[in-house]
Amino acid sequence: MLVAMLAIGSLAALFGLILGYAAIRFRVDSDPVADKIDTILPQTQCGQCGFAGCRPYAEAIAAGEADINQCPPGGDTTIQSLADLLGRDPKPLNDEHGVHREKMIAIIDEQTCIGCTLCIQSCTVDAILGAAKPMHTVIESEWTGCELCLPPCPVDCIRMEPLKTNISSWKWPLPEPRGSSATGLPTQQV
Amino acid sequence: MPDQKAHLHTCPGGLVLPGNKSVSTALPIVGPVIPARLTLPLQQHIGGPSNLLVSPGESVKKGQPLSIASEYISAPVHAPTSGTVVDIGNYPVPHPSGMQAQCVILETDGRDERFQPHHGTEHYSQLEPYNLRGRIREAGIVGLGGAGFPTPVKLNPGPGREIDLLIINGIECEPYITCDDMLMREAADEIIGGLQIIRHALQVRECIIALEDNKPEAITAIENAIETSDNQHIRVSAIPAVYPSGGERQLIRILTGLEVPTQGLPSDIGIICHNVATIAAVYRAIVEHEPLISRIVTITGAGVVQPRNIRALIGTPISELVEQCDGYTEGVERLIMGGPMMGFALPSDHLPVIKTTNCLIAATRDEMPPPRPAIACIRCGECARACPASLLPQQLYWHAKNSDFDKAQDYKLFDCIECGCCAYVCPSHIPLVQYYRYAKTEIWALEQEREKSERARRRHDFRLKRLEQIKQERAQRLQHKKDALKKTVRKDEDPRKAAIQAALERVHAKKISSGDVAKNVDNLTNEQSKMIDEVDRRRSKKQDSPRETRH
Repeated sequence: MLVAMLAIGSLAALFGLILGYAAIRFRVDSDPVADKIDTILPQTQCGQCGFAGCRPYAEAIAAGEADINQCPPGGDTTIQSLADLLGRDPKPLNDEHGVHREKMIAIIDEQTCIGCTLCIQSCTVDAILGAAKPMHTVIESEWTGCELCLPPCPVDCIRMEPLKTNISSWKWPLPEPRGSSATGLPTQQV
Repeated sequence: MPDQKAHLHTCPGGLVLPGNKSVSTALPIVGPVIPARLTLPLQQHIGGPSNLLVSPGESVKKGQPLSIASEYISAPVHAPTSGTVVDIGNYPVPHPSGMQAQCVILETDGRDERFQPHHGTEHYSQLEPYNLRGRIREAGIVGLGGAGFPTPVKLNPGPGREIDLLIINGIECEPYITCDDMLMREAADEIIGGLQIIRHALQVRECIIALEDNKPEAITAIENAIETSDNQHIRVSAIPAVYPSGGERQLIRILTGLEVPTQGLPSDIGIICHNVATIAAVYRAIVEHEPLISRIVTITGAGVVQPRNIRALIGTPISELVEQCDGYTEGVERLIMGGPMMGFALPSDHLPVIKTTNCLIAATRDEMPPPRPAIACIRCGECARACPASLLPQQLYWHAKNSDFDKAQDYKLFDCIECGCCAYVCPSHIPLVQYYRYAKTEIWALEQEREKSERARRRHDFRLKRLEQIKQERAQRLQHKKDALKKTVRKDEDPRKAAIQAALERVHAKKISSGDVAKNVDNLTNEQSKMIDEVDRRRSKKQDSPRETRH
């Protein structure tokens, strides 16, 4: 009896030590679910979800504090991906947070710009280039379409323009479900 | 003799289609006519854009580069003849989108003067492979079979990759197209010459020229050319005319029985495949020092009076080529670039010929009736039987239609070669290939978006880090100041004096750090150090005295 208790007790102690060591040795610093959610979010950092950026929103979703339908820039695609990841049912975008729109690029009217640097400070991804007094410009390759630079501008010189599709960004349209399509070639006899 | 069929393997799926080829092979190829105006799009290839080298008003000569490749996978564009650049801007180009792209407009002068003296060499075997690749790259050669992938990239399989088989693809499995057939009949020497250049560039021994068994004239011409060139390593392989056996992966499977891995390249299994027209262009570039400024185009269909093959300068308006075929017939309804299976409709004939224009079909309504309305899929499975890539077109269709792109990729959407066999056999007339193209471009766009958002995330993280750093630095500075203030207060001395002392120390530290200190004060004699001491004493007295008086 005593031997059995000792044996089981020492085994329990040993495994407890191993587990305890493993928990320290293989500690994961950040929440992997939040990381995964963060990679799905569009990273506009626009704050429309009610959080201070994409990362805080991702953490809130992971903690169960926020719903998955609060990201207007991501739209249905993001909601679908989040639902797939978290094993939940997709739901329509919560329009309290805004509506999904085509991505627009910010253009600074360089004639009107007074060089106040307010938009530079508001840009979450450092996509606006300029300094006090000289005019500013948007780095087109880095912009995210968050529109955060619009409210601070004192002279309203920033406007949002829809992205132009060119030949390399053109996408094949989804064929019309029924009826002939304009681009289709005959698929009957040749 | 061509190889017997017994050596060949089979490829799943495929269709035997009515060829409609003989209409355009009756007449020989006619040489290029120089039109008054050429429209040269800067992007005629797969890959990065090419950067402009000329400006409006500049006069250029035949073969002069108008642009330069911007990246490794890119190709330059050359002036097909001499003339003046009159404009650079957006003009309509032959593309399924019907959109405009940046073009150089060249007004020709008819003199056709060469840009550089003849640099061609027949002794290409003395050149290093990288040298050959460089020359081919400068000549702007891209795959002329239809895709337009830059040829020099395919000539560089990368370190550690042995190529042991070169396949020259002379198969035009799509109906109507005959430009490669006519090229093989008329310029077999160029093809054999180009083949030897490519063989040298790739350092490969074994070589197969593949063509269909319904091209007897081309087979004879190629065999004669091989005999005269005294090159016994080249095999000619005639394969049955089944669509799409000219597809790179399908052809490799038929000739070798090997399958190119999914998402892989033929070079992964030691094979490189080139189109016959491409290697003829390589021959012209190396031996005749002529960049890719012209190509053979098949003008055919019941919509033109005299279908034929024409060697056309790149940039020639399609309407001028139709003129060379004695114009349109009555009842012509649509113009298609490429073949009837994989080509696309053009909105007008004022578009230029580009490097990938292999065929133009002017079709009448009887020949190509408008597509019939699609009805619901009945799950008959005909498409899966016809698919040459052994995919499940029906499943791909459902997932593409519902924009379920992950599922579509699970069903290997990207192994689809868009040959159109599935849509051809579909009894419900569903435009299947369009669904796949839709899904592919959407997936590419999503991937780009994802890359972009990843970059935005990194930039945002960096910004947060930077702001945090600035905040900390500011706090530290403030703390330092506070500490310094406390120290001076605690000590029982004049705060102003201490401040001056501190300033002096700072200046001294700055001097030391900037290296601005006297360097000749080492190894002084006693006298010198005495003098210095005296000067210092005087100086300190001077500094002290005004302060005393202020008290």
